[in-house]
Amino acid sequence: MSDQNNQEPLLQVHGVTRYYGDRIGCHDVDFQLWPGEVLAIVGESGSGKTTLLNCLSTRLAPTAGAIEYRMRDGSMRNLYELSEAERRLLMRTDWGFVHQNAADGLRMTVSAGANVGERLMAVGQRHYGKIRETATDWLDRVEITVDRIDDDPRAFSGGMRQRLQIARNLVTHPRLVFMDEPTGGLDVSVQARLLDMLRRLVSELGLSVIIVTHDLAVARLLSHRIMVMRHGEVIETGLTDQVLDDPREPYTQLLVSSILQV
Amino acid sequence: MTLPVSKSIAPDEGSYNFAYLDEQTKRMIRRAILKGIAIPGYQVPFASREMPMPYGWGTGGVQVTAAILGADDTLKVIDQGSDDTTNAVAIRGFFEKTAGVATTTSTEDASIIQTRHRIPEMALNSNQILVFQVPIPEPLRFLEPRETETRKMHALEEYGLMHVKLYEDIAKNGHIATTYAYPVEVNGRYVMDPSPTPKFDNPKIDNMEALQLYGAGREKRIYAIPPYTKVKSLDFDDYPFEVQSFDKPCGLCNAEGVYLDEVILDDKGGRMFVCSDSDHCEERRANGHLGPMAADPAATLLSGGTQEKGQ
Repeated sequence: MSDQNNQEPLLQVHGVTRYYGDRIGCHDVDFQLWPGEVLAIVGESGSGKTTLLNCLSTRLAPTAGAIEYRMRDGSMRNLYELSEAERRLLMRTDWGFVHQNAADGLRMTVSAGANVGERLMAVGQRHYGKIRETATDWLDRVEITVDRIDDDPRAFSGGMRQRLQIARNLVTHPRLVFMDEPTGGLDVSVQARLLDMLRRLVSELGLSVIIVTHDLAVARLLSHRIMVMRHGEVIETGLTDQVLDDPREPYTQLLVSSILQV
Repeated sequence: MTLPVSKSIAPDEGSYNFAYLDEQTKRMIRRAILKGIAIPGYQVPFASREMPMPYGWGTGGVQVTAAILGADDTLKVIDQGSDDTTNAVAIRGFFEKTAGVATTTSTEDASIIQTRHRIPEMALNSNQILVFQVPIPEPLRFLEPRETETRKMHALEEYGLMHVKLYEDIAKNGHIATTYAYPVEVNGRYVMDPSPTPKFDNPKIDNMEALQLYGAGREKRIYAIPPYTKVKSLDFDDYPFEVQSFDKPCGLCNAEGVYLDEVILDDKGGRMFVCSDSDHCEERRANGHLGPMAADPAATLLSGGTQEKGQ
């Protein structure tokens, strides 16, 4: 973990529950996330991972439960008691959200540079040269050659779009980033490169990350801690290596044993 | 403006109410206008009516004009600065017929000026009202297609996206290439689309003495800028806002610092630049200003009968 002040949690989640009518999306989820920590939420399709992530990132109001976040001023605030303006400001400054499908998180009709610069302009930067300089720097950090800065994301490959999306999110130096299957739909070599890059950025910036994935290899590479979900419940949680090397629950054992060995 | 009284049209069933719209509709539009004036730059939804003209021909502007028109008003209508193009002639005729008001082509004499995409060169005064015809009132529309989202962005003053558009301009063209419908910030709060007027006219919007009303018929929105309101054109610190400049004066009246239209004269590359504001140009020529092309036979032919009218 990073060298940040780890005494106090960044995010506290109490009894978060979300029903879709009678059906359970996720049920009674409790956990805490510390600064600089990477938490993976794993489980099969339909286990409630994405529902939980959407609840946490204020994209979907939970039916019950409370989510508290430590704001930059150090105060602990219940996310669903923030005003909409505060919440939206939080989402575009202190948080990031990396979608599985890069097109959901990017503005496909404006250039890569403008995509990276959008958050800067949203927080009031009004100097073209400086915005462009920052965008150039960030494209370089996510390994996109700088001569592509004026191209639309539509002209980018899947892997490049995903990296651009990451740059767009990280440009305001968020403290917490949500990722929903960031490597889904990418081929294996591109996945590996993306994971490498993510791991480097996370440790450089001391980011806290909540990453949803069904790919245990991604969880193993990136995360410090892991939560296994099934039927909307968290069934096992612990340090990643511990859970994956020595799974207690039968379901987790099944998950781990079903990884293809190459 | 006084209370509308039908004088030229008898109140039998076969005639129209004063200025075409019924009184309750006019009240509804006036309420929207008042709200718009109270919140400068805010787009007020209103129940736009079907008008006897196609969308895109000024249905919004016509409804606003109809709602504020009084029997003693003098109406001027311009289309791209000109008093004698189809749209201007048709709308002027419409109000002559349905309201029986006096019409004029002189900017000075008009109390209401309905305009499609130009602001007269002559400074307007506080007894005048400028009515704009607006096709798409939402400045953020082409970047954010969802109405729910753009409304929220206006409500929360999230205008970063507007600069994304300007950024794109500079990145792709080396300068801010938006030349019309150039976004402005009104009274330090709402970002507004000043309708597709050339950005040349943006400085005139700022601190104008006359009341400005904007009507979008198809999109069902009315917005306003009260007199003496601060209006700032958006820009970057290192790419400040600037208006178009022309290297030649008007070919007919020799005016400088006005907005010029390019007129193609022949198929051999001949062209001239003339004032887009036809009233301004005629007035100057009547006062003896002559441009380099005024004596040219082709130019005299082009200006034809309109020159007599100005004299």
